[in-house]
Amino acid sequence: MTSVAVPARARRSNVARDALAFVRRHILTAYSLLFFGYLMLPIGVVIAFSFNNPKGRFNYTWQGFTWKNWSQWDAIPGLRDALMLSLEIALVASIVATALGTLVALALVRYRFHGRGSTNLLVFLPLSTPEIVLGASLLTLFLNLNNTITIGFWTILIAHVMFCISFAVVTVKARLIGFDRHLEEAAMDLGANEWTTFQKVTLPLIAPAILAALLLCFAISIDDFVVTYFNAGNRVTFPVFVWGAARVATPPQINVIGTAIFVIAVTLMLANILVQRVRASKGVV
Amino acid sequence: MGFFHRHRGLTPYLLLAPGMLWLTFFFLVPLGFLAYQSLQSGSIDFGYSFTWAWSNYGDAIRNYRGQFERSFLYAGIATVLALVISYPVAYWIAFRGGRWKNLLLLFIVAPFFVTYLIRTLAWQTILSDNGLVVRTLDQLHLLGLLGTNGRILSTGTAVVAGITYNFLPFMALPLYVSLEQIDPRLIEAAEDLYASRPKAFLRVTLPLSMPGVVAGTLLTFIPAAGDFINAQLLGSPTNHMIGNVIESKYKELLDYPAAAAMSFVLMAVILLMVLAYARAVGTEKLTG
Repeated sequence: MTSVAVPARARRSNVARDALAFVRRHILTAYSLLFFGYLMLPIGVVIAFSFNNPKGRFNYTWQGFTWKNWSQWDAIPGLRDALMLSLEIALVASIVATALGTLVALALVRYRFHGRGSTNLLVFLPLSTPEIVLGASLLTLFLNLNNTITIGFWTILIAHVMFCISFAVVTVKARLIGFDRHLEEAAMDLGANEWTTFQKVTLPLIAPAILAALLLCFAISIDDFVVTYFNAGNRVTFPVFVWGAARVATPPQINVIGTAIFVIAVTLMLANILVQRVRASKGVV
Repeated sequence: MGFFHRHRGLTPYLLLAPGMLWLTFFFLVPLGFLAYQSLQSGSIDFGYSFTWAWSNYGDAIRNYRGQFERSFLYAGIATVLALVISYPVAYWIAFRGGRWKNLLLLFIVAPFFVTYLIRTLAWQTILSDNGLVVRTLDQLHLLGLLGTNGRILSTGTAVVAGITYNFLPFMALPLYVSLEQIDPRLIEAAEDLYASRPKAFLRVTLPLSMPGVVAGTLLTFIPAAGDFINAQLLGSPTNHMIGNVIESKYKELLDYPAAAAMSFVLMAVILLMVLAYARAVGTEKLTG
């Protein structure tokens, strides 16, 4: 060791500096772990209380462990129907919104045309309007159409497609911008027409973004309460069911469905991360 | 394809048409109807008619001034809290996340996968009188600090805590995106030029992350100001925000003109605040 020659004082201050650096480095890590604990706390409560055995109508205090909420998840009248309606709406709305949003994204990235600015604005505006205004204004439209449209399934669907389109546009646009146009030009040079080029080159390359948009729209739709609540009439989606329940009783089966949705969504996202990692390690873009 | 070749200029409009028509008919037109409704007078029993009733706006502001102010106060506090809480974590993931970045981001958005109402109900459990937080504070003999008779649930604190938690990912994600784009060599350069670490942070990292701060602030503040779920589930009627009033006018009292006027005032105030904010921090940062 050559450090023997270093005077003791300098060595000590080195040690002190290292210690300080160590603390500094790990304070941020420790804080971040605390933060993730905070973020996960309510989720943990939701999962734990799906196994609670509450004595009264409300599921707020821990009474004891049971499997029965899981085995009898649809013992609560109306819960199964509400869940089915939510899934149906989310499936249709995410497909329609992603299709419309992808077309808009293609036009915005690929073409120069008059009205580009206002198109961007129209896509951006719904994202920056409070949900309650979106819900209230749509309800006002439907009320003023004087019963030409019944408030129920179709009005919920119309509303969900409306607020999902912007998310789909933003997601697909991000992928299209970072996309090598030479690949398409090469296909055209080799004699492919526009449609063939789109099918064989463009579509496969933006497929991951389309899938991401689909999943995002599905997640936003199935979770939406505010806009749905305004435009559902007497139809009940899962969040609307929870809202109604919260006023009179909160059966633990609500937590069972909440936990199930959470587990499925996280599994899908984890799978997505894994697939990306494998693709990246194989050098596929 | 002949058609497309002859009318190349038409293609973008054909691509745009379905989506833009949907947004026009179900976003823009409804806003027009909302404006029309907000100037009507009458009652639900005898019907409402359009009478240029500008007084709806005056009444909305006069009668519900408290709820309006509370909405912007709660939303403002929650936005600042979310910024302060999540900036260090966004920084940590961006600069120390390494190969775990995607997984850590998944943790950040994880709350979104639990239905909004259910996670707010979970906060009801956590903040309740015999819940985790109150009991811990009690054991530490810190309950008196609250000044709310030892309660958290049904107070403004609970509402702000709920809003902060529920919109946190909207803050953390844009912060992460802008921090992630910073070239670490810029910070090293500042340190090589004898900037202390805090100074390098203040002069290099923070300014470069401003687009994320601006985007996160807007994405948190806008939905927070219109929220009524947290005030309903975690607060008492004295904590009600303007969203609660609009909700009850629309869904229970069927007083559509008043509710429409309030919705417009809410939107107008948010728009003004966004513009003022954009002016203060610079528009080029707002549009990224």
